[in-house]
Amino acid sequence: MNVLEIRGVSKTYGRVHALRNVDLTIRKGEMVSIVGPSGSGKSTLLQIAGTLDRPTSGTVRVAGHDVSALSDSQLSALRARYIGFVFQQFHLSPALSALDNVADGLLYTGLSRRQRRERAEAALQLVGLSHRLGHRPNQLSGGQMQRVAVARAVAGRPPLLLADEPTGNLDSEAGAEVLSLFRTLNARGITIAIITHDTEVAMACPRRIRVRDGLVRSEVS
Amino acid sequence: MSTALRPARLRPTDLARIGTSGLRARPARAILAALGIAIGIATMVTVVGISASSQERLLRQLDELGTNLLRVSPGDSLFGDQVKLPENAAAMVKRIDGVTSSSQTAETGTTVRRNDLIPEGISLGITVQATSLDLLSTLDGRVRQGTWLNAATERQPVVVLGAVAAERLGMTGADAQVYIGDRWFTVIGVLDRMPLAEEIERSALVGFPAAKEYLDHDGHPTTVYERSADEAVESVRTMLARTVSPESPNEAKVSRPSDALKAKAAAAGAFTGLMLGLGAVALFVGGVGVANTMVVAVLERRREIGLRRSFGATRAQVRNQFLVEALLLSAFGGGAGVLLGALATFVYAQLNALPAVVPLWAVGGGLGATIVIGALAGIYPALRAARVPPTVALTQ
Ligand SMILES: Nc1ncnc2c1ncn2[C@@H]1O[C@H](COP(=O)(O)OP(=O)(O)OP(=O)(O)O)[C@@H](O)[C@H]1O
Ligand SMILES: [Mg+2]
Repeated sequence: MNVLEIRGVSKTYGRVHALRNVDLTIRKGEMVSIVGPSGSGKSTLLQIAGTLDRPTSGTVRVAGHDVSALSDSQLSALRARYIGFVFQQFHLSPALSALDNVADGLLYTGLSRRQRRERAEAALQLVGLSHRLGHRPNQLSGGQMQRVAVARAVAGRPPLLLADEPTGNLDSEAGAEVLSLFRTLNARGITIAIITHDTEVAMACPRRIRVRDGLVRSEVS
Repeated sequence: MSTALRPARLRPTDLARIGTSGLRARPARAILAALGIAIGIATMVTVVGISASSQERLLRQLDELGTNLLRVSPGDSLFGDQVKLPENAAAMVKRIDGVTSSSQTAETGTTVRRNDLIPEGISLGITVQATSLDLLSTLDGRVRQGTWLNAATERQPVVVLGAVAAERLGMTGADAQVYIGDRWFTVIGVLDRMPLAEEIERSALVGFPAAKEYLDHDGHPTTVYERSADEAVESVRTMLARTVSPESPNEAKVSRPSDALKAKAAAAGAFTGLMLGLGAVALFVGGVGVANTMVVAVLERRREIGLRRSFGATRAQVRNQFLVEALLLSAFGGGAGVLLGALATFVYAQLNALPAVVPLWAVGGGLGATIVIGALAGIYPALRAARVPPTVALTQ
């Protein structure tokens, strides 16, 4: 089954063509990297794939749902259930512990606070941070912060994980840790798409998607 | 795949928790933003509280003093001179059905002075009056110091001073001498305050026989006081003028001293609109402060909003979060204002020996007002928050 199906998608910002007639399918269980020069449209592609934005034209299907047919609140429900996001800047709340940061990612799933904290703890264990539950972000290393962010993205067990330069702010060692975490998650069945400038990350993915001037080309390594 | 997509409802406790998250992150700003509302509500609660406390004291006094006292005095005749009441006016009144006691006093037209060097024209606002012996029981008055007149002393050059009169004359105790008319009188007593007969507080009282003997008085009373059963007050009232002044009943003036106290209580309860207006202005400014703080918060927290949208928050849920935050901010100010206002009322009441009263409607009204203000101040920022696009999570 296809987790993500993009057909003839274009996105324009005024006169800028960020994406031009893009076709892209990502199947369940895949781990793909998205590479390309700066300004080529990678983030735009991820926003549209993640239903954070709508395409100017074309269709997007996430887990079989045609995004164009969904209202804003249905899209929200779709994001809560099917998609986890990881960002370059981690986006953790400095006021909250690692556990609460992860649990807050589940706020809009309908789970009770206790269930959220239980799942958050399990997710932190999965990313190897069960000994850092009570730590605030400023008490964690960059690599640890990004692992907390990954735990938050997967705590709701979404089938699809989208990451925009997740190792961009990390040194190579921490980047390698996060990469191996992605592979572990992929091995557990989560479909993953990673935007990256890091060749190591790109090479580690069985499939690469190259973006250039809003055009997309797939290659298999 | 056709599973229906329906966003999960945010639990009220979670909504409250995320509604306070912004406030907890910047407590100093929250306090400053709520300050205006707190001041406005505190002002209003204090204004209402102080007037309610003053009113409460007067009402309690009224309860204690009763409302069954009537007072009759001769009016002016058609020709402008004072009509005289008969010498036995009090005794005639006592015969009216329902009257339980009655007494009379008469202005003597002379003045009381501290010594014989002070000219007779200086009155200090004190009236020298002749009084019947039963005046105190009719007025429910008490002697503060010394004694009241009796059958023997009402014939002697002795005087009992009302509370205010004693104060003005500088008489702290009995057994002093004062100069009345053209001779010395001995002060044998000072009375307590008499809220229902303030004219007695300002009087120097001598017996009727003494007034006749030493002050050249003709014995005609100028005021009759009577008390009756509560139910009889109205019927007595209609009889009173006819009884004491059969020839010209229309000129006799009958009054109910408790009415003045009642009017005073009503006036005390009517708090000043000006102070209330000031409170309303502070409240309005406070509301603008909350709105401003919320607008800034939304601008600063665009990333957080985008992040929440990526978690699956709907626009409505984002809107509600900021609405709740504004409401809580405002309610926090309102709660603090009510407490401050109650405290100010309590302190004022303590200092002025009043029973502290903060009406429940003022507390409820104050809190209700803050809810309304919070909603009004929050609606625009909340709508702006809901319009923040989810993509800011990725791009900022
Ligand atoms: N909100 C926007 N408004 C206008 N133009 C935009 C907007 N977002 C992206 N663009 C433009 O669309 C093009 C693609 O941008 P995008 O962010 O997708 O590039 P990218 O491949 O992610 O680049 P980078 O590697 O630097 O992150 C760029 O030319 C960018 O300037
Ligand atoms: Mg980008």
